[in-house]
Amino acid sequence: MDHHAYRHRHLLGIEGLTPEDITYVLDLADTYVDMNREAEKKKSTLRGRTLINCFFENSTRTRTSFEVAGKRLGADVINMAVAVSSMRKGETLIDTAMTLNAMHPDVLVVRHPESGAVQLLSEKVDCAVINAGDGSHEHPTQALLDALTIRRRKGKLGGLTVAICGDVLHSRVARSNIALLNAMGTRVRVVAPRTLLPAAVEHLGVEVFHDMAAGLADVDIVMMLRLQSERMHGSFVPSTREYFRFFGLDEDKLKAAKPDALIMHPGPMNRGVEISSTVADDIDRSLIRQQVEMGVAVRMACLDIMARELGNGPPIK
Amino acid sequence: MSGLRRLFRGARLIDPESGRDTVGDLIVVDDRIAAIGANISAEGLGPDVEVVELDGLCLAPGLVDMRVQLREPGAEHIESIESGSQAAAAGGVTTMVALPNTEPPVDDVSVVEFLARRAREVRLAKIHTYAAATKGMHGKELTEIGLLAANGVVGFTDGVKAIADALVMRRVLAYARTFDQLVIQHPEEPSLAGAGEVTEGEIATRLGLAGITPAAEIIMVERDLRLVAITGARYHVAHVSTEAAIDAIRRAKAQGLPVTCDTAPPYFALNETAIGDYRTFAKLSPPLRGESDRQAVVAGLADGTIDAIASDHSPWDQDSKRLPFSSASCGIVGLETLLPLSLELYHNRHMSLLDVLRRLTVAPARILRLGVGGLAAGASADFVVFDPDAKYRVETDKFRSKSKNAPFDGRPVQGRVELTIVDGRSIFERAA
Repeated sequence: MDHHAYRHRHLLGIEGLTPEDITYVLDLADTYVDMNREAEKKKSTLRGRTLINCFFENSTRTRTSFEVAGKRLGADVINMAVAVSSMRKGETLIDTAMTLNAMHPDVLVVRHPESGAVQLLSEKVDCAVINAGDGSHEHPTQALLDALTIRRRKGKLGGLTVAICGDVLHSRVARSNIALLNAMGTRVRVVAPRTLLPAAVEHLGVEVFHDMAAGLADVDIVMMLRLQSERMHGSFVPSTREYFRFFGLDEDKLKAAKPDALIMHPGPMNRGVEISSTVADDIDRSLIRQQVEMGVAVRMACLDIMARELGNGPPIK
Repeated sequence: MSGLRRLFRGARLIDPESGRDTVGDLIVVDDRIAAIGANISAEGLGPDVEVVELDGLCLAPGLVDMRVQLREPGAEHIESIESGSQAAAAGGVTTMVALPNTEPPVDDVSVVEFLARRAREVRLAKIHTYAAATKGMHGKELTEIGLLAANGVVGFTDGVKAIADALVMRRVLAYARTFDQLVIQHPEEPSLAGAGEVTEGEIATRLGLAGITPAAEIIMVERDLRLVAITGARYHVAHVSTEAAIDAIRRAKAQGLPVTCDTAPPYFALNETAIGDYRTFAKLSPPLRGESDRQAVVAGLADGTIDAIASDHSPWDQDSKRLPFSSASCGIVGLETLLPLSLELYHNRHMSLLDVLRRLTVAPARILRLGVGGLAAGASADFVVFDPDAKYRVETDKFRSKSKNAPFDGRPVQGRVELTIVDGRSIFERAA
């Protein structure tokens, strides 16, 4: 495998990655999928390395996924729930970064509620930084794990049509997925009420729909987004029942998609809001649990790559 | 062929939808217009056809009144669907659209279903409803616009309140556009209108009443037009009353924005002098304007900038109007004077009869996509027979509406409804 196919010090976003970068990560992740299914799951790739999970926003799934990934590669993993510590005490983000940096970590995995905050932090530390979600900006490992899930099931990314449905306005998952799928030659649609679409979204290389039947027509993948509860009661959509009726994925709306269309959701799901249980639990069509499995493999690949770059003397910018 | 067959003979047939203005006959079979024209044959209708001789009276599509308040549910002592429908029938109105400011307000599908059931029971004029654009008309959270539209609501508005917050209005427009729904605005910036109750100026100052600058209208309309440009939503300004707002709407239409507007008879039949001696019956929202604005309303109607005339029927009981001016409620009953007051535009030679009727029939019907408002064969047999020249004085105590709050009592007018037909049924016939 070509060790220099991914030449970035950090993983801050999908934007800026080449198709070769992406393919390289996915190929490596494929090998970790196999390893994770073995009884013996432990490697020593990152032995002696320190990984700090630094989450300025509550997260269980992503943080656990990175923790499992780091431990399987032999790293020492420390979880910092910053949401309940320094920020409350008034420490600035840069001070927190300096403090962490002084502990000589090798990889920082950072989630932050503000867009751009992870990049700001990355400029102040000497180690590699992986963006685990910044505001409404990017969530690159989610897009990579989604791509791996699709590629393993459909055998390819190019030429497929993916509909990303729901709260695109606030979604970092949507932005990362749009960037990645566009880079890989996948046709991308977004389907949402106009109140949940950002301005000029069509300039991001997507086709825009406001109607599920039209938006899902002949798609290969239906990717649902989570609707945050504070957006459900009048400010962006009037009610959960209206949202489910017009934009929630159920068997009826799914009929517009290709007969072998598959369903994805980054989790955690609101059953009966953006997705019906029947669809979410359809073992033939729902990839939701596979996405979680691919998440660990993709994060192992990312950590592996970051650590290799660190090992070769001064970090490559 | 079965059921009702009626031949209306010798009418002046006026249909703004087709531009027809000819003498001829009209045949109704059941609830539909079967034929219309100068030389149509009544043969084949059978022996039991009822012939109605109209002797040159005007026969036009039934009036479509896009803005009424019926007060049911919640204030049936002021007006009810029954009494409001009787008033509509007497006024030649065959279709009307109710504002959502009832108690409870029309912000939930269950209230829409209630109104539909009551309209079926009363079975006079056809009744549609708007729903609130925001929950409780509080101007904060969106209503279930998709579900309400699927249940027959024809537009979204907070009634006699403006949707004031710009971000909320933007989201209402964007969300309504998602379902291709019309948003109707009460055009007054409330933070500027404040506690004002009449148009500011000499009369307000002499009376010592708190004034509202007419700019409160254009500020809201201009703001909304910019939001319409962003969202592309269909937007309708209710009861425009100022030259500035009419000019802005004229420009917006020229730019191709999906904008329409209506006005109501008080805004072209009266000016601010009508409040004279603290006459609460002339207290309106928006308030009556100065003479130059009144003339601008007439000009806007004449050139088509103002698409429609609505009655803005706002019933109030005596307790709500026989009060010091600033405590009195705003509004005028209008269903029974809609036609004669609008015909003043024709008799005063500002507009042709066809154009006046267009503003009262097919124009509002098209804005609301109601599928009525014309006299084509095959259309619903909804029409009004009237004498455009009959002279009389308005007698508010004869109104069928439960409320009599109109400043037009004793006003000499021309144009009287003789017969109102909905779905082929006579819902009003003037007593001989």
